[in-house]
Amino acid sequence: MADVNRGNRPLSPHLQVYKLPIAAVTSILTRATGHALVAGILLLVWWLVAAVSGPGAFAAADWVMRSWLGFLILTGSAWALWYHLLAGIRHLFYDAGYMLEIEQAEKSSWAIIIGSVVLTLLTLILFFIF
Amino acid sequence: MRYITPRKAATGLGSTRSGTADHWAMTVSAWALLILTPFFMITVGGAIGLPREELIAHFGRPWPGIVTALFVIVGMVHFMKGTRIMIDDYFQHSARKAAIIVSVIFGWAVIAAAVFALAKMALFTIAI
Repeated sequence: MADVNRGNRPLSPHLQVYKLPIAAVTSILTRATGHALVAGILLLVWWLVAAVSGPGAFAAADWVMRSWLGFLILTGSAWALWYHLLAGIRHLFYDAGYMLEIEQAEKSSWAIIIGSVVLTLLTLILFFIF
Repeated sequence: MRYITPRKAATGLGSTRSGTADHWAMTVSAWALLILTPFFMITVGGAIGLPREELIAHFGRPWPGIVTALFVIVGMVHFMKGTRIMIDDYFQHSARKAAIIVSVIFGWAVIAAAVFALAKMALFTIAI
């Protein structure tokens, strides 16, 4: 052990050249979407409180809800909520000891990504029909 | 620097105690939110864009009011425990304590605001 050069060896992993596996990306996104949902819930609760505060307060909250920023936050929250829900289902399977093989994790990763986009589009379509 | 493995350092410290309780609470609230989310999205989606009077009447009815209140309460409890895991991962010492305090105060403030608004809507709807 003494003649091993410990100071001049490459360090692992090389974060700059390391390509994140899809299962890692979807795992990180689970946490990110969960925390990003704060924006949606804050907008929603502000809107509810404004409705009981008075016409002026409600007009402001309602205007934000219908604006492009509100559309962006609400649509983003709908996707984040569906994504977090699907990833949460996968976590319940993980906790029970299923779907832990790499190939299964890659398949479930794509299922979460595609499923969340499809569910968000469905939500938008249903919202604009009704 | 201690020349022992993390496994060795943890030996003898006992079970994770509240760690398993947090995990179980996350599992239970995850199942609750799994059921609540579709109903919540329908009830909120149906209310966006309504005039103020109709919005108050909408959330004043039992089903939209209860679904929305439950979603915000269970959702924010799930949020507080989820944020706690993130804080434990990335913060140490007083920064960690401060972050936990901020997260819990924020969570309960959001719950209180939502419950207040929904209760007021429900009581107003009884009056008419």
